[in-house]
Amino acid sequence: MSIFIDNSTTVIVQGITGRDGSFHAKQMLEYGTRVVGGVTPGKGGQTFEKTVPIFNTMRDAVVATGANTSVVYVPPMYAADAIMEAADAGIKFIVAITEGVPVLDMTRVYPFVQEKGARLLGPNCPGLITPGQCKVGIIPGRICAPGDVGVVSRSGTLTYEIVYQLTRAGLGQSTCVGIGGDPINGTNFIDCLAAFEKDPHTKAVALMGEIGGTDEQQAAEFVKQHMTKPVVGFIAGQTAPPGRRMGHAGAIISGSSGTAAEKLAAFEAAGMGVAKRPIDFVDLIRARLK
Amino acid sequence: MNIHEYQAKDILRAQGVPIPPGEVATTPDQAEAIARTFNTAVVVKAQVHAGGRGKAGGVKLAKDPAEAKAVAAKILGMQIKGLTVHKVLVTPAEDIASEAYVGVILDRASKAPVFMVSRAGGIDIEEVAAKTPEKITKRRVDTRYGLQSFQAMELGFALYDDLKQARAAASIMQKLYAAFMSSGASLAEINPLVTTPNGDVVALDAKMVIDDNELDRRPEIAALRDDSGEAPSEVAARNANLTFIKLDGDVGCVVNGAGLAMATMDLVKYYGGHPANFLDIGGSSNPEKVVNALRIITADPNVKAILFNIFGGITRTDDVANGIVTATKANPLKVPIVIRLTGTNEDIAVKILKANGFSASADMDEAVKHAVALAKGGKAA
Repeated sequence: MSIFIDNSTTVIVQGITGRDGSFHAKQMLEYGTRVVGGVTPGKGGQTFEKTVPIFNTMRDAVVATGANTSVVYVPPMYAADAIMEAADAGIKFIVAITEGVPVLDMTRVYPFVQEKGARLLGPNCPGLITPGQCKVGIIPGRICAPGDVGVVSRSGTLTYEIVYQLTRAGLGQSTCVGIGGDPINGTNFIDCLAAFEKDPHTKAVALMGEIGGTDEQQAAEFVKQHMTKPVVGFIAGQTAPPGRRMGHAGAIISGSSGTAAEKLAAFEAAGMGVAKRPIDFVDLIRARLK
Repeated sequence: MNIHEYQAKDILRAQGVPIPPGEVATTPDQAEAIARTFNTAVVVKAQVHAGGRGKAGGVKLAKDPAEAKAVAAKILGMQIKGLTVHKVLVTPAEDIASEAYVGVILDRASKAPVFMVSRAGGIDIEEVAAKTPEKITKRRVDTRYGLQSFQAMELGFALYDDLKQARAAASIMQKLYAAFMSSGASLAEINPLVTTPNGDVVALDAKMVIDDNELDRRPEIAALRDDSGEAPSEVAARNANLTFIKLDGDVGCVVNGAGLAMATMDLVKYYGGHPANFLDIGGSSNPEKVVNALRIITADPNVKAILFNIFGGITRTDDVANGIVTATKANPLKVPIVIRLTGTNEDIAVKILKANGFSASADMDEAVKHAVALAKGGKAA
C-alpha cells in the first residue's frame, strides 16, 4: 500500500509537449505510471510518444480518459490557471511541479481547489513516488525501492539524497512525497503524516523540513497528539542567516521566527527522532523499525 | 525583492494614500536644495534596504537647508547593517499627535494576505507582537473578494475612536491593499501612520517587499530594483541565474538544489568548518552555470577550499564535471577543491574528472570532512 498514488492512478500531463513536460512524461511512462493523456492547447488530436492522446483542454482529457490525477509542468505565469482548470474538470489529485508561481496566485487557487474537493500537491515540488507502482513528478525512480518507510519533505535533491541513503541501507519506501518549497502549498506535512498513519504498510516516517514558517512545529504537535508510528525529522538551514531567502521562496527566517533551532526543539518535545545529518536517518529509522 | 521607502511611497501615493511630499538626493548639495524648496524643517532619511535605520543614525531632523546639507553629508556613504547608503529622502518634518502601525503581509499559515494594525505605532511591530499581542488587530483577506468595506472599517476603528479618522484610516487600508495586490507584494507597511495636530491621518513611512516570482509579469516593478547596496558577488550570481548568498566562512559550496545546499552548509558546520556561501546551481544541466559558480566563489578571498556536492537527478553529473574542467582550464584554481557527485551519468563524470587530474567522492560526509580539513590548512588528497 501507499499514500495518494498507486498502480490504479491514471495521470494527465498538463504541458505534455513542453521541454520539461515531455521529458518527465517519458520518464513516468518508463517507470510504469499510467499516463493516459496530455494537454497542450492547439495540439488536441495528436499523440505523444505514439501512444498518449493529447487534448486541447483538461475537460476534454478527463471526459475521454476518466483520469483521476494530473501533473502540471506549465510555465509559472500560467500554472495557477492550469491547476484550477484541472480541479474544475474533476481531477481529484493535482501535482504542481512548476517553480516560480506568484504566491498571490496561490491565495486564489488554494480555496478554489478545496471547494472542488480536490487535493493539490505543490507547487514548486518534485512530486511523489510509490516505488514499484507509480511516480507522478520528477523524483528519479532508480534511487527508490519498495518498502515500509514513508518519506515527506519540503525539498527536492535533499530528498533524493536521503531516499538514496535509505535504499542503499535496505530501507525501502512506501511513498516518498515532496510537498514543495513555496510559502503557500496545497499539501502540508500534517496531511502526509495523517495519510501515513492510516496506511497499513507504512511502519515509520522520515520527515525533512527546513527553515521558514511553522509547518514543522505543527507537524511535531500532530505527531505528539495523533501518530502511533515513529517519526524521524531533519531540518535544513541550521546555518542560514536570518532575513535571506535560501533558494526556496518559503525558506526564510523572518525576524526570530522560522529558525532551525525552534523546529528541532519542537521535534524533540514531540518525542521524534532527530537526525543531525542526512545519514543519521538510516540508523534512527532502523532502530525504530525493530 | 526589497524596494526603497521613496519607491514604496510613490506606489502608495499613486493609489491616493496621503503622504507628505519628498525628493531623493544623492549629494549633500541636492539635499540642501530640496530642503530649501520645502521652506520648513525637514527629515533626511537614508534609503537603504535595511530595517532599524533610525537607530543606526540614518534618519535625522534638520531645521534649515544648511543643516539638511550637513546631515545628508553624514548619512550618505554611511554603512547600515553592511549596506552603503547612496540616496537620502528629504521630506518636510510633520507635527505628530499619535502614531499607529498598519501592515499587510502574505501570511503562509492563513494562505492569504493578513492585515495587522496597532495603536502602538512607530516601533518594531515584531516586538509588539511578541510582548503585547493583544495590541494588534488582524483581519484575513480572501483575495477572491478583496478587502471588504466592513473589514476596512473594523481596522479603522481598531486604530481611532474618532469616526472621521477611522474612515480616513479605512480608506488608506483600501488603497494599501490595492497597492499590495497590483505590485505583487508579500509585505506592505505604513509605520508610522500618524495623526497631525489638526486631525489629518497621514503615512510618514512606507515599506514594501515584492514577491520575486511576480517580477516577470510586472516589468515596471522589476525596474525599481536597486542592487547598489548588495554584495557584487550576489548581483553577479543573480545575473547568471544562480541563487547565491554570501556568508563569512571559508568553505565555498557549490550544490544543486536549495535543500541540499542548506544541508551541505549545515554539514560543513557539523564537522567544525564554516561555509563561505549558499549556492544553488539549480536543477537543469548546464556546464555554463558551473563555470559562473566557480568564477563567483573563487572571487571571494576568504575561500580556502571549494566543495562540490551534486546529487544527479535531472542534473547530469557529467555536465557538472565538464563545467569544472572548462572553468579550471580557463582559470586555474588557487585553492583545493573537493568534488562529491553521485547519480545520473556518475561513471562518465568520474572518468572526465580523473582524465583531468581531479578525484571525486560519492560520499557526502567524507567529502565535507575533507573540505573542512583542507580549509583549515590540511593536506590535499
